[in-house]
Amino acid sequence: MAKLDVTIGNLKLKNPVMTASGTFGYGLEFQDFVPLDGLGAIVVKGTTLSQREGNDYPRMAETPMGMLNCVGLQNRGVDYFCREIYPELLPTGGTFIVNVSGSSPQDYAECAARVDALEHIPAIELNISCPNVKDGGMAFGVTTKGAASVVRAVRERYHKTLIVKLSPNVTNISEIARAVEAEGADSVSLINTLMGMAVDIERRRRVLSIGTGGLSGPAVKPVALRMVYQVAKAVKIPVIGLGGIMTAEDAVEFLMCGATAIEIGTANFIDPKVTIKVRDGLNKWLDSHGYQSVQEIIGAIE
Amino acid sequence: MNDMKKYVLDLRVNSVTRLHERYVLIKVTRDERLPMMMPGQFVEIRIDGEPGTFLRRPISINYVDRENNELWLLVAVVGNGTRHLSKLHVGDGLNVIAPLGHGFSLPHGEWLSEVLLVGGGVGVAPLLYQGAMLRENGIKPVFLLGAKTASDLLMLDEFRKYGEVLVTTEDGSAGEHGFVTQHTVLEKRRFGLIQTCGPTPMMKAVAKYAYSQDIECEASLENMMACGLGACLCCVERTVKGNLCVCKSGPVFNIKRLTWQL
Repeated sequence: MAKLDVTIGNLKLKNPVMTASGTFGYGLEFQDFVPLDGLGAIVVKGTTLSQREGNDYPRMAETPMGMLNCVGLQNRGVDYFCREIYPELLPTGGTFIVNVSGSSPQDYAECAARVDALEHIPAIELNISCPNVKDGGMAFGVTTKGAASVVRAVRERYHKTLIVKLSPNVTNISEIARAVEAEGADSVSLINTLMGMAVDIERRRRVLSIGTGGLSGPAVKPVALRMVYQVAKAVKIPVIGLGGIMTAEDAVEFLMCGATAIEIGTANFIDPKVTIKVRDGLNKWLDSHGYQSVQEIIGAIE
Repeated sequence: MNDMKKYVLDLRVNSVTRLHERYVLIKVTRDERLPMMMPGQFVEIRIDGEPGTFLRRPISINYVDRENNELWLLVAVVGNGTRHLSKLHVGDGLNVIAPLGHGFSLPHGEWLSEVLLVGGGVGVAPLLYQGAMLRENGIKPVFLLGAKTASDLLMLDEFRKYGEVLVTTEDGSAGEHGFVTQHTVLEKRRFGLIQTCGPTPMMKAVAKYAYSQDIECEASLENMMACGLGACLCCVERTVKGNLCVCKSGPVFNIKRLTWQL
C-alpha cells in the first residue's frame, strides 16, 4: 500500500482524488456508489451569494469523447447551502470544499466569508472560470488584473485554504496562475471547461440555449495536461489537475505533469463509481511500479 | 418521497426482438435477483464499443418480469447509441444504472374512478409496467395508444393482458382516426387519473384536456440527460418551484407542477 496523502495549503488530503465541481452534486447524490469519506475531497456544486436559476434548457450536448454544458451556475445560494445542505454533509465523514462563484469581487468575498464560518469546510475553490454566465465568472479569469482583483477581495475575508480554478480560455494560463499566487491563493486547479459550440444542422441552429458551452471529458485531456505541466513549472503553490480523467493511468499522467492532486468530473456521469476506482487503481499502480508514496511521481517528468 | 437505492448492474441480454424497423425490445437479466424498480423509473445504459457516443443512454423501464427475473427495455432507434443497442446479441453484457428517478403514482384498489394511460410512439414503453402494477393493485386501467399508422403500434397483446386497449392512428389504419385526444372514449367516460408518456406535443394536449376536465394528470418527460442522478443539472424542466432535474425530481411530474400553458 503506497502512501497516498497529499497537502494543499493547510489541507491534508488522505489521497489525491477529488471530484470536480458541478459533476458530483453535493456528494450525497453518489452515496449509493461511493463511500464519500474514501475520497481526498469533494468539491461541491458552484455556489453563489444569491440563488441562481441557471440557463434555459437545453444545457447539454454530447460530443466526440466529451460533452458541452451551459448549466450556468444553477444553485440555491450560499445561505441555503449553509442552512440546509451543510448539516447533511457532516455525517458522511467526507472532506467537502465549496466552489464559490460571483459577479463582482465583493460578491465572491461575501460568499466566501459565509463559507469561512462553517467549521467543517476546510477550503474553497474560487470559480473565476465559468464560461456559461454573462456577469462575472470567466470574465475575471481571463485577465491577470481581473483574477487578482477577485482573489485579493476574497483573501481579505477568507482565512482557510483558498484554491483558485483557472480558465483554459486564455492566451497564457501561467500568467494568470502567477497573478493569483501573488494575491495569496494557496493552490490553483485547472482546467475548467473549454469554450465550445454544437450545431443542429436539421434545425439550422446552435444546440445549446445560450449558443456556447464548456467542453469537458477525455476530449480536453491533452490540453489540460499541457496547461498543468506549464503552470506547475510557473508557480510554487500546489496545482490540482483536472480535465478528462477517466482512469488511474490518466491520474498518474496529471500527477507526473506536476499536479499534487486531481479532480474527476465528467467521468462520474459514465461511471458513478469512477472516483473510488481511480483511488484504488492509483494505489495499485504505485505498488506495481515500486513506489512507496504518491509524492514520488508528482512532477516526475522533466 | 425517498429515493430508492441505486445500483450499477452488470446484466446479460436474454433476447433482442425487432418489433418494427425503428423499435427493438431488449430483455436483460442477471443471476442474482434484480433490484426493485417502479413503473415510470428509468435506467442509464452504458454504450460500449461505439466511438460515436460518450454518455450513457436513459431508457425507460418497459416492464419487470419478476417470474423470469427480466428487465424489459423498449428502445427506439434514433441515433448512434440506440442503434448500437439494437444490434446487441443474446448473451452480450449490458451495464446499467438502475433504478433512477421517480415514477408514476400508484393508486390502490380503494381508488374508485378509472385510470387512463395515454401513450404515443416509444412513449408507450413505461405504461406497460404501470398498467401491470395497477392491475396488481386491483385497478384495471384503460390504455389509449396513439401512432401514425397501424404498424407503429407496439406490444398491443402485452397491454391487453392488463386492461382495455384503445387505439388511434393518424391515418386511420387502426382504431379511431386522429390523435389520442380526439378519441371518443374521452367523451363517453369519466377518468379520475390520466398518466401519459410520449411526444411532448401529445402530452401537452393530453394535459390540456385533463386540466380542462379537472382530472389528475401525470406526464413523463424525457429531457436530454447526462448523469441521471441529479448532479449535472443538464436535464432541467421549468416548474412552479424553479428548474428541476427531470432525472431526479421526475421523469414523471404532476402537470400542476409544470409551467405548460394549459
